[in-house]
Amino acid sequence: MSVLEVKELSKKYDNLEVIKNISFNVNEGETLVILGPSGSGKSTLLRCINNLEKITSGNITINGKEMIKEYKNSIPIYNDKKILNKINMDTGMVFQDFNLFPHLTVKENITESLIYVLKMDKKSAEDRACELLQKMGLINKKDSYPCDLSGGQKQRIAIIRALAINPKILCMDEPTSSLDPELVGEVLEVIKKLAKEKVTMIIVTHEIKFAEEVADKVIFMDKGIIIEEGNSNLIKKPKEKRTKEFLKRFLNV
Amino acid sequence: MNIKQIISVIKILFSGIGMSLKIFIITLIIAIPLGIIVALIRNSKNKIFSYLMKVYILIIRGTPIMLQIIVVYFCPYYLFNIKYDRFVAIIIAFVINYTAYFSEIFRSGINSISIGQSEAAYTLGFNKFQTFFLILLPQTIKIILPAMSNEVISLIKTTSLAQIIGVTEMFALAQKQASYNFSVIPLVLVGMYYLVLVFIISIAFSRIERKLEYYS
Repeated sequence: MSVLEVKELSKKYDNLEVIKNISFNVNEGETLVILGPSGSGKSTLLRCINNLEKITSGNITINGKEMIKEYKNSIPIYNDKKILNKINMDTGMVFQDFNLFPHLTVKENITESLIYVLKMDKKSAEDRACELLQKMGLINKKDSYPCDLSGGQKQRIAIIRALAINPKILCMDEPTSSLDPELVGEVLEVIKKLAKEKVTMIIVTHEIKFAEEVADKVIFMDKGIIIEEGNSNLIKKPKEKRTKEFLKRFLNV
Repeated sequence: MNIKQIISVIKILFSGIGMSLKIFIITLIIAIPLGIIVALIRNSKNKIFSYLMKVYILIIRGTPIMLQIIVVYFCPYYLFNIKYDRFVAIIIAFVINYTAYFSEIFRSGINSISIGQSEAAYTLGFNKFQTFFLILLPQTIKIILPAMSNEVISLIKTTSLAQIIGVTEMFALAQKQASYNFSVIPLVLVGMYYLVLVFIISIAFSRIERKLEYYS
């Protein structure tokens, strides 16, 4: 079953078209990795899925709910707030620069949305947070503040925070790009763990080796269009010239 | 002045502290929440409201508070023949004035928080209200404390202007005592009173700052 359907999606900023008529699906339990040079529209795509950017045309369906209700004079009319909120809770987002809340402890960062959005009582919210922290080996950091954590720890907490609301699909926008090289591994380990547990994910990354290992599906994007799509073999045996050129730069390093 | 007279002046001035503090505290209680609201309107996407707030802030920051007090008290009288309580007039004038300054402080604080904070809050399902009160405001408070302490200190000293429409507070009493006794000592004494008040406010602010040092 498709958790996410992107249909003929376009996104324009004024005259600059960043995403040009893109379509793809993500099925339940799949990990989709999106590769491509910077400026190819990968991040914008994730931001559209999380409704952080308004789309120009096309539609996005998440867990059976459409983001766009209808088109009036080819202007997209977004669905009612209630449905958008549901879609919002079905998608989780992990940002490149973590965006943890600095004034809250690690535990509070995770429980805040459980308590105020999902209306869980404090005790069960904390239990859920601790359970996830335990699983990711960060339980000893539960009362720390983000400023006292390493970048890798911060990103792992951000992943837990996004997971805690039980999204149908978890989006990760270059989750290791602002980390020191020696901290990248611990974050990738966590993501691999999630992939094994069949958490549905879309990951934008430049870690090619990791992508090969974790991906069920790979999409290669450039200049706003999908150049090539396939399973993880695509990384070893790309067909398109642009994909080859891009991968060569990474694999030769 | 002999020591007996000085002690009597100290006592008289002390009786005026109440009025100064009353103006100070009531103004703070009303102007701080209003300042937040004005900052949010000024920041809002509604161009008309945002522009109106801009004009309000321009006028208030662009004219002397002494003039504002006079306008607030005398305008209703000259235009509609309405006379009202002088103390109420002082509070209204001070609130109008300090709301403008506070709102700009809040706005600078809110705008200095990275957009990523609101985006993360949105993806976690917080509505705008929750995002503001749970995520943005607590961080704003920490950022604006130094600027806020400046404004609050200026407020306690500005209460001395209440006397221009006849509200008797500490400074008015000091001036009366100065001319009555033919001496500048009451003015020196009132200066010391203000100094002590400002000292207390400064301590309070550095306490709050230290309390918020738990994160960076």
